Amino acid sequence: MIPKAPIADQTMIEFRDVQKWYGDYHALRGISAKIRAGEFFSLLGPSGCGKTTLLRTIAGFEGISDGVVLVDGKDMADVPANKRPTNMMFQSYAIFPHLTVAQNVGFGLRKQRLSKDEMARRVGEALEMVGLEGYGARAAHALSGGQRQRVALARALILKPKVLLLDEPLSALDKKMREQMQVELIKLQRQVGITFILVTHDQEEALVMSDRIAVMFDGEIAQLSDAETLYRRPKSRRVAEFIGTMNFLPATVIAESDDVVEVDAQGFGRMTLAADQVGADAGHGTSVGFRPETLTIIQDAPIAGGREVPAIIEEVVYYGDMTYYDVRIEGTERAARLSMRNTFNRAVLDRGAAVRIAWSPAALILFR
Amino acid sequence: MARRVRGANPEALGGLLMIAPPAVYALLLLAAPLLLLLVYSFWTDGYLEIIRDFTFANYHETWTNPLYRGVMMRSLMVSLLVTVSTVLLAFPVAYFVSFHVAPNRKSTWLFLITIPFWTSYLIRVFLWKVILGYNGVLNAGLLKTGIISEPLTFLLYNTNSVVITLAHAYAPFAILPIFVALERIDRSLLEAGQDLGESKLMTFFRVTLPLAMPGLVGAVLIVFIPTIGDYVTPQLVGGPEGRMVANLIQLQYLRLDNYPLGSAIAISAMGIVALLSAVFLFMTRKYLRGPK
Amino acid sequence: MKGVAIFRAYALAYLLFLYAPIVLLPIFAFNNGTVIAFPLQGFTLRWFAQMWTEPGLGQAVRNSLIIAVSTAVLATMLGVFAARASTRYAFPAKGPLMGLIMLPLVLPEIIVAVSLLVVLLGIGVPLSILTIILGHVLMTTPFAIAILSSSFQSLDRSLEEAAYDLGETRLSAFRLVILPLVMPGIISSLLISFTLSLDEFIIAFFLGGTQVTLPVYIFAQFRFPASVPVIMALGTILVALSVLLLTIAEYFRRRGITRSGGTDTGGFL
Repeated sequence: MIPKAPIADQTMIEFRDVQKWYGDYHALRGISAKIRAGEFFSLLGPSGCGKTTLLRTIAGFEGISDGVVLVDGKDMADVPANKRPTNMMFQSYAIFPHLTVAQNVGFGLRKQRLSKDEMARRVGEALEMVGLEGYGARAAHALSGGQRQRVALARALILKPKVLLLDEPLSALDKKMREQMQVELIKLQRQVGITFILVTHDQEEALVMSDRIAVMFDGEIAQLSDAETLYRRPKSRRVAEFIGTMNFLPATVIAESDDVVEVDAQGFGRMTLAADQVGADAGHGTSVGFRPETLTIIQDAPIAGGREVPAIIEEVVYYGDMTYYDVRIEGTERAARLSMRNTFNRAVLDRGAAVRIAWSPAALILFR
Repeated sequence: MARRVRGANPEALGGLLMIAPPAVYALLLLAAPLLLLLVYSFWTDGYLEIIRDFTFANYHETWTNPLYRGVMMRSLMVSLLVTVSTVLLAFPVAYFVSFHVAPNRKSTWLFLITIPFWTSYLIRVFLWKVILGYNGVLNAGLLKTGIISEPLTFLLYNTNSVVITLAHAYAPFAILPIFVALERIDRSLLEAGQDLGESKLMTFFRVTLPLAMPGLVGAVLIVFIPTIGDYVTPQLVGGPEGRMVANLIQLQYLRLDNYPLGSAIAISAMGIVALLSAVFLFMTRKYLRGPK
Repeated sequence: MKGVAIFRAYALAYLLFLYAPIVLLPIFAFNNGTVIAFPLQGFTLRWFAQMWTEPGLGQAVRNSLIIAVSTAVLATMLGVFAARASTRYAFPAKGPLMGLIMLPLVLPEIIVAVSLLVVLLGIGVPLSILTIILGHVLMTTPFAIAILSSSFQSLDRSLEEAAYDLGETRLSAFRLVILPLVMPGIISSLLISFTLSLDEFIIAFFLGGTQVTLPVYIFAQFRFPASVPVIMALGTILVALSVLLLTIAEYFRRRGITRSGGTDTGGFL
């Protein structure tokens, strides 16, 4: 991960109980959150969860039914989109097809009535920033996907907005290009220091790029935290399932106090979990969950003092750098998926092999 | 954008404002006049002024007077004949352009097909008279090649000539909707049809034709509805036995000055057309549903 | 493939049927005979020369041009409103309203003509060029909408939002972004409405009063066999003009599609 720039402790965007109705459809159900100045923030969620709607309420393209949206401390209720200190990079890029690259990038400067030279200088700077020096005279409709994306970025940044809104900006690019642009966007964000708010349905993209992520379902923020917390300590089974892969085994709570919970989980037996290892079960019943890479398969000597349970390998899926094993832990009904990095001296295990699984309560989360 | 109360639709107002100019225009100059036409059809022509008493007399006259009824029935016949022949003749052309013309040349074909439609209708109709007449191009050609020894007389000034001329005039109206429907068919469906063991012909009947139905239905309606009201063609090439309902309406309005009767005839014709169209739509409804 | 050859032959024969009358037109226009029939009598330009001396023709042409230009402008303006409303907004009674506006596309022209006649005479509006324009705008607006809708449809809605986001007002966003992009459609719509109005007979016949348009003039001349050759010459010019205008319209329509990045598969309508 690329180290992030230090973030000032100043709030740039604040939502206070934001509600949005489309007729009878409740699109935003009371969003309250603060986004810090200079932060790379992501709104992550499946389609229809309200993430784009929320982004558009910042831009001013969507009015809100109730609540307050503040940008840099100012209530945006009566500020139209063209007067807000935000600029947007559209999913389709929205490059004006009848203009040149330079005319596109300089579009927002028209109102400032700059001299021809000043205009050219600013446009040149913006193009340089996105690595498109010398493309100014090109016709916009003749650009490739990646170039269009850069033009859209330069066009949105030329007005030096306080906030840059990015609506699924990489979804139209192929995988390689997307990964390259992710890194470039992070670098650019650190360079310009502007607050970036990214909307994406791609959890990997959100994890890679963001300082903090708000996961949204059904018009509500389900969890707002940094990438690592989101991955390691999901607050609900729904978040856990949306981000990465998680296995679940039925469990029962035996006893609990203020800071620990005593749990009996199928296959693992009794254990004590810390209070921050507890999330909501979202109607699935009590269970413990674990990520595929947090448990280790061992075949030979037991680890001294480690916790181990016997298991059978039911399926082997070979990925080159990794191998996925579907293992059934003794005493459980369904196989769990574990992943092992393939190293030079470790053989890929066979289907049907009897193994032991090393585990630790720290790797588990209780959903109840 | 200002905060809005729950349930309000900011788009609706913008949309209504935007549609207002053409909508008001159509309401004032189309909907209101059509309503007035309906009202007139229940009044009576009193020679110097219109007698504003509600009566069915005009409809009674329209439906019982053998002259009017005859013209009405003939108009329907002609319209149906024109519709069937135009759509049947047009389908293979639409099919050819959609399935066998290279994609970059399709619009050139469509352009060629539509050009005649945009050129003076009157003069086109008149030239059909020249083609079909006693001394016409067709007869001259057939005489010269010895296929016939005397000029054919059944070509002009009757229903045949009206049907031919109208089929010509409405050709693009039939081709375009069918073409559009054919274009929308996912080509892999046809491959699937053949993959599942159907012959090309059966694939056409089991896959292509049902999927092209919306276009066919559109073609039928867009030809059938306006042809019944055509004035120029029956007037120029129809002769006395080729007169249609539009000629009758014109006669009532501009010659006999009987607006109420003219209105009743117009409304009756439109009523029949609307009824037949509705029946046709009902019969073909199962093909018109499905994914949007 | 044999099947394709049959289809191609049929399609070409069909084109021949479509073009038969138009091909004959110039033949008789240049034919040195007073009767419109074969055999041809030799080449002449006299019918074209005689056009200039026909009484009433000049006035009919002037009337038709005034009507066609006014109709084209008005129908295109109404068309822009309707096309934008129908492609960009959702509003109550959208279906019925659009249906009503598009109705003249299928409604027999004679119905439009007589219903307007009844109203105009009822409220005492004298029949004139103006009343023809009213009728023609009603009739050509659906065509304008059909053409303009495809232009507006291919516009990415975020283009407008992008302009707005970059500080433009709704109006300047329309002027700077939407208008240039739909301009090919507007030109195409102007040309098509002009052509339709120039050619329209029934409404002009019913609503013109004593004012004669070109088609009404031509219709009247058909009664006099002696004037028909001149009409053939006039028709040749009209057809040539229509084809020219349509070709220009088609050029702009295609350019509009290329500009907004779409692919071209359709034609007019």
